[in-house]
Amino acid sequence: MDELALEESASAEARWKSLKHKANWIRLSSMTMNHHAGLGHTGGDLSSADILAVLFLGELLKIDPAQPGWPQRDRFILSKGHGAAAYYSALAARGFFPTAQLKTYMDPLSMLNGHPDRNKVSGVEANTGPLGHGLPVAVGAALAARMRKESWRVFVLTGDGELQEGSNWEAAMTAQHYRLDNLTVIVDRNRIQQGDFTENTIRMEPLAERFRAFGFAVEEIDGHSIPELLDRFTHLPIEVGKPSCVIARTIKGKGVSFAENQPAWHHGVPSKEQLAAAAVELGMDAAW
Amino acid sequence: MVSGASSPAAGRQLFDCRDAYMNELEAMAAADPRVCAVANDSLSSAKLKNFKARFPDRFVNVGIAEQNMVGVGAGLASGGMVPYVCGAACFLTARAMEQVKVDLAYTRANVKLCAMSPGMAYGQLGPTHHSIEDLAWMRVIPNLTVLVPADPVETAAVMRYSLEHEGPMFLRIARVPVRCVHGDDYKFRLGKAVQLREGSDVTLIANGLMVGCALDAAQALEAHGVSARVLNMSTVKPLDREAILNAARTTRGIVTAEEALAAGGLGGAVAEVVAQEHPTPLRILGVPDVFAPTGTAQFLLEHFGLTAAGIERTALDLLKYEG
Ligand SMILES: Cc1ncc(C[n+]2csc(CCOP(=O)(O)OP(=O)(O)O)c2C)c(N)n1
Ligand SMILES: [Mg+2]
Repeated sequence: MDELALEESASAEARWKSLKHKANWIRLSSMTMNHHAGLGHTGGDLSSADILAVLFLGELLKIDPAQPGWPQRDRFILSKGHGAAAYYSALAARGFFPTAQLKTYMDPLSMLNGHPDRNKVSGVEANTGPLGHGLPVAVGAALAARMRKESWRVFVLTGDGELQEGSNWEAAMTAQHYRLDNLTVIVDRNRIQQGDFTENTIRMEPLAERFRAFGFAVEEIDGHSIPELLDRFTHLPIEVGKPSCVIARTIKGKGVSFAENQPAWHHGVPSKEQLAAAAVELGMDAAW
Repeated sequence: MVSGASSPAAGRQLFDCRDAYMNELEAMAAADPRVCAVANDSLSSAKLKNFKARFPDRFVNVGIAEQNMVGVGAGLASGGMVPYVCGAACFLTARAMEQVKVDLAYTRANVKLCAMSPGMAYGQLGPTHHSIEDLAWMRVIPNLTVLVPADPVETAAVMRYSLEHEGPMFLRIARVPVRCVHGDDYKFRLGKAVQLREGSDVTLIANGLMVGCALDAAQALEAHGVSARVLNMSTVKPLDREAILNAARTTRGIVTAEEALAAGGLGGAVAEVVAQEHPTPLRILGVPDVFAPTGTAQFLLEHFGLTAAGIERTALDLLKYEG
């Protein structure tokens, strides 16, 4: 390798490392929020952290915290709204509001409800929480870009259990019919829903084939690999003329050994001791 | 447990009505092979884990799909089963409204909707998870019986009644802990208000969580020399018009209280009766025309004055202004 290539790969690696650290900060921040609130959805916060870190802190989304309503911005919708702690953490880290506010999560009259609230929180694109709302709204936002001849893109992050809601598949048909290649659906494929593994509840496989049959260009990647996420999100659409679906293979509870792959951690709330143990595993003293 | 809960010793002990619902549902399933349950992923919050273990062949989990779950319930009923369709009140009503209207109500399908954790039980999760519109929505649908039990004793009685009753029902199963207001000998009668306290100055009409508050308010009103009648209107539909008209005739005014929007629910139902048949001073306590903020259920109930003190204040105000 010549000097330049070496330098580039060194800086790429530094970037990956820094983003991984930020993802782990999102993890610890969410767990701290859930601990303070005594409520929350730890498992899904942790599985989505790398995706959120890459999109929000890897500068992939064209957004501007100084003007959250900037009309040309990329739209990101967290359809799995119960992952609000991770999302709020990413928004705060991106500068939409001070991280100091995160500790008010679910407090009386706090702007930080247990689910994303665009009426109250700068940077939140859609009011979600009831599952199956994000994709239809994302389709509308993608259609609006086309009608207004704008180049903004729309990203929507769904759960995998969430895809059992029929509204997703109605929206998927609209997306393919209108060939919305400015739309990317990211599925947090952690294989667990609220009560059990998805495949023990309502089988979701073959998920990629289903999206393909619905007219999407589909790619499956490791949802915890920063380089894979960066690479995928910098090369969109997957196929011109088709909506993109990125199935991010993830682990629910990722990064905290005792929470990993445990259905009970869907809405598990860490105790003080568990929070301390998580901080050690995530390589930091405290998030804030 | 339900029995004993109402014994005097239980006093002001608080109960999660979901336990009474769960015990009755399992007892009915053990006795009647037509009883089955439909869930939408949330087995713990709907208290169906044990049901699934005991009656695996009469348990269906449709996944996160509420429209589907209500339709599946209708189909099960058409096949002679008696399905209990159990999911969080906010999604079961808002998401599946047309299935409730057409597949259940218009069809007169023998399906029992168990609306779990209604009102502001999920207070901290935000307005998307509050179920305060449900009473107004359900009440206006023809053919649908709408029940809001007040405590574990009544929850158990209503569950048992639901199996005898042919036709679609909406049962609001409280999660916010309540104390017992009925004795063990309580018998549920559809469409009949339960008079829990005699009184001649004002009538307090409540259901669900607010019944206990109404009783406390009546007690407190005594100190003001006010004699308050308390009616538990657990049947929102069909409504006990006689009890309401009797209150309108024999007391100076009515205060209603419910853990729901003030528009369209129990208060709305009472207003429709008195306005048309015996105009009477009336105050409706509920959530005003807003989406509630975030906070625990207790915080939000106090925030909106849905407390004994709130009912007491409102009754005094009504008597002062209406002479
Ligand atoms: C319409 C609707 N029904 C039920 C729920 C309750 N609920 C909250 S999270 C959840 C499970 C979601 O699982 P999944 O989509 O796989 O999310 P993740 O694993 O990423 O947490 C359920 C059933 C809801 N929020 N909305
Ligand atoms: Mg999942």
